[in-house]
Amino acid sequence: MSSAPSDVSQMRWFFTGMRGLFSLPAIILMISFVGFSAFALQSGVTRAEAMFMTAAVWALPAKMILIGTMTSGANLLAIFLAVSLSSIRMMPMVASLVPEMRTERTPTWLLLFLSHFIAITAWVFAMGSFKTVPREARVAYFAGFGITLVTVNTILVGISYGLVASFPPVVAGLLFFLTPVYFIASIWATGRQSVVKVAFVVGVVAGPLLATLVPGFDILIAGLGGGTLAYLFDRYAIRGGKAQAPAEPMKDEPVEDLV
Amino acid sequence: MVDYWPYVVIIVAGWLATDMWRWLGVIAGNRLREGSEALNWVRAVATALVMAVTAKLVVFPSGMLEASPLWLRLAAAGLGFAAFLLSGQRVIVGVVVPLAILGAGLLWL
Repeated sequence: MSSAPSDVSQMRWFFTGMRGLFSLPAIILMISFVGFSAFALQSGVTRAEAMFMTAAVWALPAKMILIGTMTSGANLLAIFLAVSLSSIRMMPMVASLVPEMRTERTPTWLLLFLSHFIAITAWVFAMGSFKTVPREARVAYFAGFGITLVTVNTILVGISYGLVASFPPVVAGLLFFLTPVYFIASIWATGRQSVVKVAFVVGVVAGPLLATLVPGFDILIAGLGGGTLAYLFDRYAIRGGKAQAPAEPMKDEPVEDLV
Repeated sequence: MVDYWPYVVIIVAGWLATDMWRWLGVIAGNRLREGSEALNWVRAVATALVMAVTAKLVVFPSGMLEASPLWLRLAAAGLGFAAFLLSGQRVIVGVVVPLAILGAGLLWL
């Protein structure tokens, strides 16, 4: 087996990961966090609370729900349940990333620690950029990216809190729209396996449809049910029940799109 | 005295409620082998979940966009995605085109 990589090269990959701060996904996320600080101010959350929340919870949708339920005076258990439900999606996201990230020598405690830095943006970024990073360096690379992104955004929330009390309506609308259109483009572009593209289409249709049919459970059903449907369709209709399609590069998308 | 209660809420109902799922993800992911069918399934579930959340943001937005017509948001996202595909899947095209369409619609409708 390969010998342990030198500390110097691990350090170098950590710094390479840090530079991901200047990638399109990170920049879009930072713009969203400026919007979040305005939302926190309007909701009556203090600057310190907003910063603490950013570092402790990290996932933006979970924080919006946390603020929404906190300020409505719900009790601790109700808030916990609401936030938990919105965060269930973290589990498959982390679970799909871990096998691409770890080596045989990666300690589990390190993965548990680093999992805190995974939210949609970091997931999309990692799924897109891991193929250009040697496997032994992926943990260092992701640590550099994730820790930097959380730290910078926590500071950003502190700085921008109160700077913009509210945006002009059109700007607020565009800020809100930035996140979904970015996810649509980047998840499609980084989907290496056909199953990702099938699940993409199923999720887009199932999300709004189930939201009108079974509000409250829509995301869960769209994920578990829709994802399973997409998997079966991909396996038996697209891959035709053949042995696994090559898991690595099925096509070579230019990675520059993300960097 | 600093009011500590919001911090208790953030730690218990925010941090713990989110990170417990991340930890379960690590434990589950540690058992998945790259290239396995189980991982393909987990990938499908993760992608369908994220896209369901994303599509809901477009169809049922909150805040200012709530008042905008649904067809405008769908046209912006749909035409933007088409432009993104035509451009050879350049993510920046997939971001700028829908925002331009939506912005123009919000200003002039």
